[in-house]
Amino acid sequence: MPALALGRGGRGAAWIHNRVLGVLLCGGLGAAVGLAFLSVAPNRLVSGTGLGLRDLLGPAHALLGLPFAGLVLAIFARPSRAVHAAVVVSAALLLAGLVWLAGAEAGRLSGASSTLTRVSLGGGFWALALLVWLMAADAVQRLGLPLVQRTSVHVAVLMPLAVLLGAGALDQLSLLKEYANRDDVFRAAGWRHLQIVAATLLPALLIGVPLGVAAARSERLATPLFGILNVIQTLPSIALFALLIAPLSGLAAALPGWGIRGIGLLPAVIALTLYALLPIVHGTAAGLRQVPAAAIAAATGMGMTVRQVFWRIEVPLALPLLLSGLRVTTVQVIGLAVVAALIGAGGFGALVFQGLASSALDLVMLGVLPVVALAIAADAGLELLTAALQGAQP
Amino acid sequence: MIELQAVGKAFGATQAVDGVSLTIERGEFVVLIGPSGSGKSTLLKMINRLVEHDRGKILFLGAEIRSFRPEDIRRRMGYAIQSTGLFPHWSVARNIATVPELLGWPAPRIAARVDELLTLLGLEPQAYRGRYPHQLSGGQQQRVGVARALAADPEALLMDEPFGALDPITRQTLQDELAHIHRASGKTIVLVTHDIDEALRLATRIVLLDRGRIVQAGTPAQLLAQPATDFVSDFIGRTDLGLRLLGLQTVAERVRAGGLAEGTAIAATLSLRDALSLFVERHVDQLPVVDAQGRAVGALHFADLLGPQR
Repeated sequence: MPALALGRGGRGAAWIHNRVLGVLLCGGLGAAVGLAFLSVAPNRLVSGTGLGLRDLLGPAHALLGLPFAGLVLAIFARPSRAVHAAVVVSAALLLAGLVWLAGAEAGRLSGASSTLTRVSLGGGFWALALLVWLMAADAVQRLGLPLVQRTSVHVAVLMPLAVLLGAGALDQLSLLKEYANRDDVFRAAGWRHLQIVAATLLPALLIGVPLGVAAARSERLATPLFGILNVIQTLPSIALFALLIAPLSGLAAALPGWGIRGIGLLPAVIALTLYALLPIVHGTAAGLRQVPAAAIAAATGMGMTVRQVFWRIEVPLALPLLLSGLRVTTVQVIGLAVVAALIGAGGFGALVFQGLASSALDLVMLGVLPVVALAIAADAGLELLTAALQGAQP
Repeated sequence: MIELQAVGKAFGATQAVDGVSLTIERGEFVVLIGPSGSGKSTLLKMINRLVEHDRGKILFLGAEIRSFRPEDIRRRMGYAIQSTGLFPHWSVARNIATVPELLGWPAPRIAARVDELLTLLGLEPQAYRGRYPHQLSGGQQQRVGVARALAADPEALLMDEPFGALDPITRQTLQDELAHIHRASGKTIVLVTHDIDEALRLATRIVLLDRGRIVQAGTPAQLLAQPATDFVSDFIGRTDLGLRLLGLQTVAERVRAGGLAEGTAIAATLSLRDALSLFVERHVDQLPVVDAQGRAVGALHFADLLGPQR
């Protein structure tokens, strides 16, 4: 992209070709110097002392300098596909190196003697990992790959982390120790979290899509419907959960034996479904409304029945917007389901709130990280699905 | 083939179509024309039951159209509209195959028909079959729209301002092709337009409508030569009347055999209107004329433009 290079060079120093990378690297250096990379505590109850990257890096870690040097050089290199690819590879290596370093140092610091010693990841680690990930993501963006390849590259960048995790290289980190302590709780929480999401999305789709179709057909229905859905959306989730407890408890008292309870899964799923309706109804209605009127007129005029017009013309043309509504909903529900733990619905939120209550930050992270991973995976998965469905179309 | 008997349609208090009677014979090219709000488009849509008439009777091949299912009668009449209404998520081939698919034709027959129509409309099947509407120019989209209307070899073709959105040159090319298709296939065509030149060029019969009623129906020459009312004259345009009359006739009708005229020869199929333009442009009073094979057939004399006295 010579034009881009000229444009970028023209605004500042001509020898800096990638400002974004430069800024991210400066931020990374700041985080490395100023924030604790690891924190060591004699047991899980007391707060630890921080260790900076300087304290940890020895001659044995010289290899980490290579991808770092590569990234520094890339700031000054003329942009080309090869340079962007090199940035992706360097960032992936650096990320893997940082994670490996954290794992190895955790093993060294906790030693073989004390099982109580806790080595947890510090702010410096999280900041560095995030910044290096952003470097990789920016370079992938610059490569301008088609969707499927772009997603594959993202997965490839994360692959070394999965390998390190699987090989046990990180087992001495307190995060993993927390996991080892409650392996079964974690699994149960994960399973429950997925249940909440599925139990929300299914009714949300079953109710939301027909409502969206009706809203697209009738303006008189659409205005009040979106009014109500917007109001629901502005209610804080905790308030909505609380609001549902009273009527559901009443219902439970009135209908004993139906398994209805004021707290637990049912109010959580009802509240989350209410939140999920807006993006789905909106996506469906917007999708149907942007179907060209001429296409419908021509389809009818050529002898399609109302049903054929709907399934052959309107649905396929509305599908991309419907699916983008579903994407928004899914990510939103995965996140909101954390809060549902407050009313006893379980899920990863249970770990988060347990951790918050006992000031165990690692336990909070153990609940948050899989939620983030789940949301990112669901988003990418639905994006790929949308692209696949449109594959045969322009 | 299509018979309208005192047909009427009211939208609220306004009479969109008010007691129209019209018989359209097989093979006719009928152009419904009129100012906006004259009911021409409503009239067309009543024929394939997109708009239901509330008075009178409409017969298709002798049977009341209400005795058919609306879908069935629509599948027997091709339908093309102004903005083409091509389905953006379907390829050109699938768009053209719409009605044959609805009728359940076998796949090989559909594929063969699609290629045949693409060729007829001047689109190379190999290159255009797999394209999507957004990859086509406006003129090409309308060609596909016409091909789609013709796909199931319908008994009649209904067209609602099909060329309205095209630039003048593309419009004229498509008009010529439609005229050619009409001559070659003998299909009954009913076309709605507000463009009098389009009507004069294409129609075997023009039906001029105003406020839901027929003002005059007749051949282009009849409308030009014997306008029934002032409204007709105004609509056709008084100042261009003579030119439009010349536009209906070809050089072949006035050429004198033999005689050698100077200059570049003109085609016998050229309209007299265009010939007049050439007389003025070249500043001559005779033009050499050749036939379709390029053989000299004689000369056109300026004085003969007027033709025999009426």
